[in-house]
Amino acid sequence: MKRIGLLIVCLSGALLLYATQDFPRWGNPESPASTHVSPHYILKTMEETDVPNAVTSILADYRGYDTMFETTVIFAAGMSCFILLRVFKRKDEDRYYRHISTGITLRVKGEKAIPDRSNEFERIDTMWTPYDLIIKTVSRFLVPFIQIFALYVLAHGHESPGGGFQGGVIFGASFIVLAIAFDLRTALRRFKETINGLLSALGVFIYAGIGALCLLLGGNFLDYKGLAVIFPFDQAEARAYGILGVEIGVFIAVMAVMVSIYVTIASEGRHDEGL
Amino acid sequence: MIPQLDIFILTLVIVCAIAAVSVKDLLGCAILFGAYSFMMCLLWAIMGSVDVAFTEASVGAGVSTVFFVAAVFRTTRRTKD
Repeated sequence: MKRIGLLIVCLSGALLLYATQDFPRWGNPESPASTHVSPHYILKTMEETDVPNAVTSILADYRGYDTMFETTVIFAAGMSCFILLRVFKRKDEDRYYRHISTGITLRVKGEKAIPDRSNEFERIDTMWTPYDLIIKTVSRFLVPFIQIFALYVLAHGHESPGGGFQGGVIFGASFIVLAIAFDLRTALRRFKETINGLLSALGVFIYAGIGALCLLLGGNFLDYKGLAVIFPFDQAEARAYGILGVEIGVFIAVMAVMVSIYVTIASEGRHDEGL
Repeated sequence: MIPQLDIFILTLVIVCAIAAVSVKDLLGCAILFGAYSFMMCLLWAIMGSVDVAFTEASVGAGVSTVFFVAAVFRTTRRTKD
């Protein structure tokens, strides 16, 4: 069976390599992709959308539908992870607590528990009990900088590489850093599950809502020119601000979904203990 | 685009890919996938598509590696086959 699999993989790989011979050479100005619509985007993007970075204007304006459904795919991935893995029943495992001042570990059996807000004891995981002051301190210092960088990537997506997807992933990663360096409950206290679910839906809603607003103002769906009717911008500026709006939607959705997928996988859906 | 650098990175991509499917240790496999993504990110950057490289670095090399590690943490570390 393994041999057949290997054979199939090699065969399809060879076919794909054979097919690449028909590709135009890399960077060929005569290729269909470079002669058809690209010149329009490259020449007109500044004039039409007021966005220097052509990638951003294509992604969020000229090809806005694609990006909207990409965001929906991310949202659907988060939801399916939630549906498949999340369990709400608490497993009756023993809980472990560390006495903060002495470092002694307690094991509490069954249903009983020490309140989470206790000043004397802190809950520790059963499987993985890291206690490293250096990692905790460094990650605590690092998290605000990661988050500011994520916001910069979002806000500067018009001028430089970046945008909602990358910024959202980086912002979500800051919560994952928190969850790895401290524990899952610390991250969940700062980013609650209900808020997380609401935000992941809100991101898609912002994107589709801006599209629908354009529709209500008389334009086409996701045609940001229509926003110029109610805001004091000219049409090119309206498109730039429309792009910023949908990028914020993508940012929120991606950030919330990344955190929720991580938390659900790492805790086997119990949102209790984990990596 | 420097051809020698390009060929060097492409070789590393193939080495990482073959190692990732043949290694028995799933944690090592996750790390190799991260290395593979990072090499792909370098390739995109060399070809001048910086936006794609940025996405690959943050999603492929960053978050998806963490997801793999979390999944390995919750299942077994060694493959059965």
